[in-house]
Amino acid sequence: MYVAVKGGEAAIDNAHRLLAEVRRGDPAVPDLTVAQIREQMALLVDRVMAEGSLNDPDLAALALKQARGDVVEAVFLVRAFRTTLPRFGASVPLETGRMTLSRRISATFKDLPGGQVLGPTFDYTHRLVDFGLAEGEQLEPAAEAEPREDAAATPRVTDLLGRDGLIEPSPQDDGTPLGDITREPVDFPCDRSTRLQALARGDEGFILALGYSTQRGYGRTHPFVGEVRVGTVAVEFVPEELGFPVLLGTMQVTECQMVNQFKGSREVPPQFTRGYGLVFGQSERKAMAMALVDRALRASELGEPLASPAQDQEFVLAHCDSLQATGFVEHLKLPHYVDFQAELELVRRMRAEAEDKREAAE
Amino acid sequence: MSDARTFGTDAHPSPRLRGEGRDDLVVGAASPKGDGEGGAVGGAFSGELPHPRLPPLFADDDVGKTLSPQAGRGDAAYNFAYLDEGTKRMIRRALLKAVAVPGYQVPFASREMPMPYGWGTGGVQVTAAILGRSDVLKVIDQGADDTTNAVSIRRFFAKTAGIATTTRTGEATVIQTRHRIPETPLTEGQTLVYQVPIPEPLRFLEPRETETRQMHALAEYGLMHVKLYEDISRHGHIATTYAYPVEVAGRYVMDPSPTPKFDNPKMDDCPALQLFGAGRERRIYAVPPYTRVRSLDFEDHPFTVQSFDRPCALCGAEGHYLDEVVTDDAGGRMFICSDTDACETRREGAQ
Repeated sequence: MYVAVKGGEAAIDNAHRLLAEVRRGDPAVPDLTVAQIREQMALLVDRVMAEGSLNDPDLAALALKQARGDVVEAVFLVRAFRTTLPRFGASVPLETGRMTLSRRISATFKDLPGGQVLGPTFDYTHRLVDFGLAEGEQLEPAAEAEPREDAAATPRVTDLLGRDGLIEPSPQDDGTPLGDITREPVDFPCDRSTRLQALARGDEGFILALGYSTQRGYGRTHPFVGEVRVGTVAVEFVPEELGFPVLLGTMQVTECQMVNQFKGSREVPPQFTRGYGLVFGQSERKAMAMALVDRALRASELGEPLASPAQDQEFVLAHCDSLQATGFVEHLKLPHYVDFQAELELVRRMRAEAEDKREAAE
Repeated sequence: MSDARTFGTDAHPSPRLRGEGRDDLVVGAASPKGDGEGGAVGGAFSGELPHPRLPPLFADDDVGKTLSPQAGRGDAAYNFAYLDEGTKRMIRRALLKAVAVPGYQVPFASREMPMPYGWGTGGVQVTAAILGRSDVLKVIDQGADDTTNAVSIRRFFAKTAGIATTTRTGEATVIQTRHRIPETPLTEGQTLVYQVPIPEPLRFLEPRETETRQMHALAEYGLMHVKLYEDISRHGHIATTYAYPVEVAGRYVMDPSPTPKFDNPKMDDCPALQLFGAGRERRIYAVPPYTRVRSLDFEDHPFTVQSFDRPCALCGAEGHYLDEVVTDDAGGRMFICSDTDACETRREGAQ
């Protein structure tokens, strides 16, 4: 018999209580602290900050705890919190050339001013499960080295290339206000700053797959990693009443400068072109994929044929946000009784008509 | 459309360049995109807030506490109806434009809400922007007040705005809905807020925003008529049963949200104000009271609505939209009113 008319409210309450209990897991196992997540799941925290568009490791760690480790859910919590925060203004552009490096790799030059810095990386680890970690092994302290003499000066590889005109110049800051997709509706076609903002907070998996697709021929850009650098940069802000920059603090970012081929045109001699990626925290995968997609999205600006998904800004920007995507995909769980009934009625009627026709024909 | 690869052109007037749908920083009176249509007024909001801040209402709500203790970092006091007044002002500006140009999709700087995109964030933002302290709110999903998402949204506003809620259509001043229009006729002074997933009626014919914007500007709706015609030639019917396109005030073709076409006639010449919010797609549109809303059709294939060949099994009334409930695995079916308030009112009247 039909009983499901009432009871939605009680069911929601009970489901949420159950969720709270399940989130805690076995009470015999100690509760995770936010500091543990922040320190020991740092790359996960970085991802939540990047896609949550909010540089706040403690908040991201707490969101991960609340979300039971679900990345998109944690991003959601961070974004919903972010949206309630007042916006005081925009910072001075980050000077990544003055970054305190923890890692810096160039694939285009064997050595360069400032040197290559391997830093903390999974690269060249053999992916063998370390069962010692399960036992809570004691750490050997990392080796320390004297910095190179030129460690303080780490010019960007693209700047070195730019000196000879081998790569297109970085667009100058002409004071034009940048777009902000959190304050304005996205309006196609949109400028590069808006695209970069969307990519920076876009879903890592989606950006990765799109970047990968360009390597496999769907909008090929012949990329070289000019440089990937990870480190901390100063964030400065100019309060109107002071008129000079004030240091707000530092934050860790990963920057990728991709160097791509360009055949040139009748007006422009051949030179390398740029693809750019920047994300909060340490995520070389995201920064590199972002740089590939950024370059692919410049296809129409560079007069290249548009034929691939990664070159299509409406396609990329409208679908790269993990929250929008998950919301709309998962909304299919919501009741659709009414629309489905409308479809049922039509399908039944059309089937009956087809049946009548068949009988009439016999 | 002609050439699907022309999105790099600047042929279409860009709403953003006109300043449409923009929001402001707290500091910095300079408007980022010039003072265009719908442009933002610079500077922080000064003067008295129209809605004094209420103390948080969920101190006694254990579930709310469990789920959102972190919000505001220990100080859980949000502004009346959650959104800050600057955001509400931005939304109201979009609403005013939407009412002034019936059926036109106005871009707005949609916020990330504490519920998922696709679950009513557009409707929630519109409702938050128009609620006043004396409003009485009703929320329905699939016509019912007690479907889970309707419960969730109603609680959200009860919690963040402390306003009265109701399940009675006649008592409500603001009704937020997903997929139905209440069966009790709406009256002057009421506002119906629709949750909209895809605001663009042409989206499935032409996925590009740059193209559809131009098609609306030129009132170039031939593609839609061709689609309806193809339905008829293939199936003998127009095979659109919900989100059936309408023409508003003789100008814009509009998506009525995924309501069944059964409800389309209720939109026409309706005494209530109808507002539509699409959060994920960042669009707001409106049908002012007493506006002509015509469902697209052909002279020889006039628009018709669904009819059910049986009455509601609970209230016994005929001519209402019914939900089908499967009662067993042997083909047992039961048909009951989709509009729970109208059904209950009829049953109370019969007693």
